[in-house]
Amino acid sequence: MPSLGSDMEAGILVEWMKQQGEKVSRGDIIAVVETDKGAIEVEVFEDGTLAELLVQPGEKVPVGTPLARITGPKDTASTERRHASAPAPTPAVPMPTVSSVQGAEAAIQPPTVTTLAEGSRATPAARLLASERGIDLALVKGTGPDGSIVRRDIEEAAPRAATVPDLEPMRRAIAAAMSRAKRDIPHYYLGHSFDVSQAVQWLDAYNAAHPPQERLLLGALTLKAVALALKDFPEFNGFYGPDGFVPASAIHIGTAIAMRGGGLAAPAIHNTDTLTLAELMERLRDLIGRVRKGGFRSSEISDPTITVSSLGDRGVDMLLPIIYPPQVAIIGFGSVAPRAWAIEDAVAVRPVLTATLAADHRASDGHRGALLLRRIGGLLDTPEDL
Amino acid sequence: MTVMSYRDAVRGAIREAMQSDPRVFLMGEDVGHYGGCYAVSKGLLEEFGPERIRDTPLSESGFTGAGIGAAMGGLRPIVEIMTCNFSLLALDQIMNNAATIRHMSGGQFNVPVVIRMATGGGRQLGAQHSHSLEGWYAHIPGIRVLAPGTVADAGGMLAPALDDPDPVLIFENALLYNDTADVDWPASVDIDHAAVRREGTDISLITYGGSLGKTLAAADQLAAEGISAEVLDLRVLRPLDEDAILATVARTRRCVIVDEGWQSGSISAEIMARIIEKGFWYLDAPLARVCSKEVPIPYAHHLEEAALPSITGIVEACRAVLGR
Amino acid sequence: MTQASPKVWLDRQHCRELLHQMIRIRRFEEKCAELYTQEKIRGFLHLYIGEEAVAVGVMQALLPEDAIVATYREHGHALVRGVPAGSIMAEMYGKQEGCSRGRGGSMHLFDAARRFYGGNAIVGGGMPVATGLALADAMMARKQVTACFFGEGAAAEGEFHESMNLAALWRLPVLFVCENNLYAMGTALELSESQTDISAKAAAYNMQAEAVDGMNVVEVEAAARRAVAAIRETGAPYFLECRTYRFRAHSMYDPQLYRDKAEVERWTGRGPIKRFTEWALEAGEIRQADIDEIEKLVAEEVAGAVAFAEAGTFEPVADLARDVGAERRP
Repeated sequence: MPSLGSDMEAGILVEWMKQQGEKVSRGDIIAVVETDKGAIEVEVFEDGTLAELLVQPGEKVPVGTPLARITGPKDTASTERRHASAPAPTPAVPMPTVSSVQGAEAAIQPPTVTTLAEGSRATPAARLLASERGIDLALVKGTGPDGSIVRRDIEEAAPRAATVPDLEPMRRAIAAAMSRAKRDIPHYYLGHSFDVSQAVQWLDAYNAAHPPQERLLLGALTLKAVALALKDFPEFNGFYGPDGFVPASAIHIGTAIAMRGGGLAAPAIHNTDTLTLAELMERLRDLIGRVRKGGFRSSEISDPTITVSSLGDRGVDMLLPIIYPPQVAIIGFGSVAPRAWAIEDAVAVRPVLTATLAADHRASDGHRGALLLRRIGGLLDTPEDL
Repeated sequence: MTVMSYRDAVRGAIREAMQSDPRVFLMGEDVGHYGGCYAVSKGLLEEFGPERIRDTPLSESGFTGAGIGAAMGGLRPIVEIMTCNFSLLALDQIMNNAATIRHMSGGQFNVPVVIRMATGGGRQLGAQHSHSLEGWYAHIPGIRVLAPGTVADAGGMLAPALDDPDPVLIFENALLYNDTADVDWPASVDIDHAAVRREGTDISLITYGGSLGKTLAAADQLAAEGISAEVLDLRVLRPLDEDAILATVARTRRCVIVDEGWQSGSISAEIMARIIEKGFWYLDAPLARVCSKEVPIPYAHHLEEAALPSITGIVEACRAVLGR
Repeated sequence: MTQASPKVWLDRQHCRELLHQMIRIRRFEEKCAELYTQEKIRGFLHLYIGEEAVAVGVMQALLPEDAIVATYREHGHALVRGVPAGSIMAEMYGKQEGCSRGRGGSMHLFDAARRFYGGNAIVGGGMPVATGLALADAMMARKQVTACFFGEGAAAEGEFHESMNLAALWRLPVLFVCENNLYAMGTALELSESQTDISAKAAAYNMQAEAVDGMNVVEVEAAARRAVAAIRETGAPYFLECRTYRFRAHSMYDPQLYRDKAEVERWTGRGPIKRFTEWALEAGEIRQADIDEIEKLVAEEVAGAVAFAEAGTFEPVADLARDVGAERRP
């Protein structure tokens, strides 16, 4: 499909003006294509035989798609030439890449952000000086227009080191990510409650046989169950980007962990599906310890392919989480609580756990989501296999 | 020192250029027999003859393009366009030829033409003779845009403009033609830099051309209130003297821009943008500006006065920025 | 100063030259069309095919010191004027070896050494510039001619009329060459002009004007020689309307909804190369062997131009802002 203008992306082959096997000469019109601007004739730029028609009338193909194969008069049958319709070859000379033509950077480095009470204002010059002198703007009274803090106010304020830990950037990051998720991602939600008596009994037995530092939490079991279930549900494990959903090649479950003093992080446990429960528990302990101190690695933050959020120890029955973009799913677990549970015609009291799934409808459908939750429940029924 | 008017200074500069360089000639509507619609070229026809003081038909695009061609052919034309509103008829030639040919030809051709035109309101000439379009032209890469705001600049900018290998547009605010001053003659000025016309410490007033006088008057009033205003005369709207703009803002940390053009998409907007881009951390107050109201300039005196920047408006803007 | 003859001498050598030049344009542009579909050439590509007799005929009358202002359909003018085919092709490739360093492209070919003042892509936009170049010549008493090419579509622009008036009023040595191919892009002449006789418009400006068959290279050359001789003698402008036809679409991306195939075929049947070849063969001015040799030379030249363009280099992006203004001012 010849490119007839830089705004032409594709064309529809309307008709062949020459038949397969026919001889063609330079300048012949061999086909007509329909473009956004109307029908245009396709000219051939060499002599030869129309050996094969590769596109049929009515087909729409992008610019650069071979329309036909022309064998030249000197060519043997095995050689082929695609001049009239060949896609643009790579230029012999590489295109220069755009380097920075822009000149100077800003002369002054921006100040580190200090706190400022809501509703009050400080000028850039005041902020800069406050930053240089380590003055907390929240403690400065503004004397500028409308009570704004101006440079003179900082000059007259006593220097004092800021002591309040700075959670603002994290709050902003969470706000940005969650706003984006709610704005861009069409979430759907599914919930499923299941009897986890098998898992609880198995866990009690396991923990009774191990010293305290080697004991497992139910959280390790649920993480492992999710990881194993995902192997058969790749549409929940990956990223949604400009080209649509791309499944991830490995399963790195992000685990939502609350930080001291506020904030939240969900670093990855890499290759969750390959870890034994003991290994998983060790990673989980390590991660919780480090996250609470703010000491996790950036790769742990950027790598998760799906997130699990467990709020069971906070005593809630269930949660409806928000997907962390560009991930496409998040699974939430509530607390394990004794509930009345129907078993055939009888009612028994069983430990019950509610799992919820929030998933991106662009990447998956509810039917598959339901199967995923049921699979997780099933896996927890045979904890010895986890 | 010589006392002369802005008009005399422009005429004197044209005369000296024509005396010293036979390639220089003036052409435009009514520059010859009429004497120039603002009498700038009065008497020059008698001195230099109709070949070099060349009356043109009412063909702004035609004669501006001919000036461009003549410049490419080796002459140094001064093209006069009566008012900048009429220059829109020549915009194709200015934009598509004068400004582009050097780059489009890979540096083979240049266009050493000077195009002068009157600009600005305040004379009750209504909406087709009163606008300030120099900011528009300052948008165009490939040309230099000058706005002489003093008698010395009116007289001194022409010679370096004619020496410039590239197109230079000179905007003469028509209200200034009668201004007089005692100047060094021959005037010698550069066409690269802005000039600090008054030093101050509390606030910078950035302006050019016809608004310079109003701004200096406003600075006098502010001084009486104990506010020390610095006045920067841009002089050159393209390329902007960014260093001078940032330097004055760094000194005073506050800035009001005064521009007779409309504010939307204007040179004043560009100046604000540069200050925000490169001088943000200097600022101790929001930027402000005083521009023409966003209406076609009306005829009635009181309405026209209300539409154009005023001394009172400048003073009030400064007070607001300073919170006084 | 040398003086081009006011008469056409149609000896064998000159016939060969005319044919050679027309075939150069034809084959060069056919290659351009091919390269365009392969995305080697981008932007707008306006082909001159069908109109070759105009550029070839007019250029015969011009001397090296004369100036040329052309339009965005100017590959032929540049080629005949002597701008090397390789530098034109490299320009269309966007390479810095191009005649405008890759800043102009197909529509903006420039060559200072050959006084080729560019393809101008604003219809009518080159006319005031040509008038000004001639004004400089007149004021400096140089006996040079500025040839200004434009299409009939320009006759609807104010700049056409302003330039005609200025050139006639001030008696400036401009040869105005209207390449009337009957369509302003896709709008037929009778749909855009109340007076379709373009030369009559020029005559109304008190300018010598004539219309010739633009498909006949000899007739164009003869008229151009007459016109240029008159301009050199009187210093006054001259208007030449060459009635011609564009065989190809306006640009590459044009389905030609505005004209039917029968019309195109009528005109291609009397194409300038075809007619001239038939006449010259019959008159015994050239032989088939001459034509074969011309085709061979042209094929080599075009292949060389493509190779030159392919081997060319892209200007570093760091030079992007170069030549927006002078690097040094006094």
